[in-house]
Amino acid sequence: MTALLHGFSFPLSTWRSAVYLVAIIGFVLALKGLSFPRHARRGNLLGAGAALIAVGMTFSAGTVNHSARNLGLAFGAMALGTVVAVPAARLVKMTAMPQMVAMFNGVGGGAAALISVIELLHVHGTGVSPATYVIVEAVLGVLIGCVSFAGSAISFAKLQELMPTRPIVYPAQQPINAVVGAGILALFVTSVVTGSVAYVFGVLGLSLVLGVVFTLPIGGADVPVLISLLNAFTGLAVAASGFTLGNPLLIVAGTLVGASGMLLTRLMSKAMGRSLPNILFSAFGAVVTATGTAEGLGGKVVKTSTPDDVAVLLAYARKVAIVPGYGLAVAQAQHVVKELADELMTRGVEVFYAIHPVAGRMPGHMNVLLAEANVPYDELKEMDEANPELPTTDVALVVGANDTVNPAAIDSPGSPIYGMPIVHADRAQHIVFLKRSMRPGFAGIDNALLFDDKTVLLFGDAKDTLQKLVSSVKAV
Amino acid sequence: MTGIVWYLTIFVLAAFVGYEVISKVPSILHTPLMSGSNAIHGIVLVGALFIMGEATGPAQLVLGFVTVFLATLNIVGGFVVTDRMLEMFHAKPERSSSPAPPAPPAAAPPAEVPAAAPPAEVPAAAPAAEVPGAESRGP
Repeated sequence: MTALLHGFSFPLSTWRSAVYLVAIIGFVLALKGLSFPRHARRGNLLGAGAALIAVGMTFSAGTVNHSARNLGLAFGAMALGTVVAVPAARLVKMTAMPQMVAMFNGVGGGAAALISVIELLHVHGTGVSPATYVIVEAVLGVLIGCVSFAGSAISFAKLQELMPTRPIVYPAQQPINAVVGAGILALFVTSVVTGSVAYVFGVLGLSLVLGVVFTLPIGGADVPVLISLLNAFTGLAVAASGFTLGNPLLIVAGTLVGASGMLLTRLMSKAMGRSLPNILFSAFGAVVTATGTAEGLGGKVVKTSTPDDVAVLLAYARKVAIVPGYGLAVAQAQHVVKELADELMTRGVEVFYAIHPVAGRMPGHMNVLLAEANVPYDELKEMDEANPELPTTDVALVVGANDTVNPAAIDSPGSPIYGMPIVHADRAQHIVFLKRSMRPGFAGIDNALLFDDKTVLLFGDAKDTLQKLVSSVKAV
Repeated sequence: MTGIVWYLTIFVLAAFVGYEVISKVPSILHTPLMSGSNAIHGIVLVGALFIMGEATGPAQLVLGFVTVFLATLNIVGGFVVTDRMLEMFHAKPERSSSPAPPAPPAAAPPAEVPAAAPPAEVPAAAPAAEVPGAESRGP
């Protein structure tokens, strides 16, 4: 028996590695769970549990707990981080979720970059000149981490509307980016050749600049794809930190996120009908071609209606499709839209939600917002499922959406959104747009559907208008 | 295998796993998945703790403190915000073929779940997970 026990008396570092392995398995299963609606929440909790045991076990390392002062600072920083992060994450409005994710992603990238910097400083301080591959790993960690940090900060500012959401273009944009890139490459090579740590600070500074100039020309509508890409970048930066520290947990977790994040980014750009390079480099939407007036496209004038008339239309319809867009989120109208849907359902009207993959600000964002309003996710039809239903739909109620129902994506090859899959609201018998104004959508182009003969518009705040519709439907 | 090649092997294999494991994600879960994987790279906190432990001198101590702080924001904020998104995903408790059930779902928990006890919600969420049909793919 003692011999058997003796067989398990590995050093503590081996146990720590074993716990890290358990955490790695937890992370893989967490990602797997997050890919299925039914297991998503458990998947996330599993990931949190895996992270918790890994962090807890880390304190058993002699290099972590040898100094009471350093340990105290570590606990202090963790306590401070928790005190800031939990309320921020709990209190953020669902509509502001994308910028919150951008922020949490950016700080992770910053942490990964700092790890590489401090480790190099540490090695430098011991007087040993670091091996070439150590410098390469560290510089890559600094580069990717800083791009992610600065890019996420700009994304946050754009989504929070602290700065213009339209793409920011300036003369010689591409040459400037190229110069910054070449500068980073030169410093990279110099630091590897000379084995000197000082150049790493140059890489750090220029990488922050690169993160900014790379992000500026990307418009608000495309920022979600950018966040997903930066999320993958942070994963790779964390993997680079793992190389620098010789820690397989960081390598695997970072790479898992890097690889799945790249795939997710591709899936997202596919949902927008655009290629990733096009999203990143074309300054999409920089030029506003829309007239933004009620009169346009061959002198046609939009038809406005009243809530009472639309209520009658809805109440006597057999099938109604609700097509929500970002305007619904801005107006915080997800609860009222559910109220309207419930009211219609009690009258025997068949109601479903037709969700464009990029409705809202992030792919799947609209599903989250409607789920917040207790709309069961099986009433939400994804675009491919909803489109065959629309020709037999009596009324398509478009709430705060514009580009995602714009037929120009199908029939005008010159349009900037040509090729993007759309929700075919145009195939319904009647189309009702709830709009704030004639302002165009993110793509900055006119929507011919607004001027269609079967279309009527209800101007005003989406929430107010929906509330009026609910009371009008009740009165019918 | 020497250290660096060993680590590269792990890296390459992890890249394949990461790519394969989410290849079937439906678009409604794109946002939570992005948020959840964002939380997972918060494990950079482990690296930050090693760095903090070995830090010497004021510069390294200050940078180490900042690193641990940022990594904690990432990992704690990431998991909490993802859980908040996902606590709202639930199927209709009694899903029938009738297209127009009159009342709002009775057994669905309210969206506002107290912040203090996310793990306690797991059993409560389990019955909803048994509802057939909403998502045909199993694990």
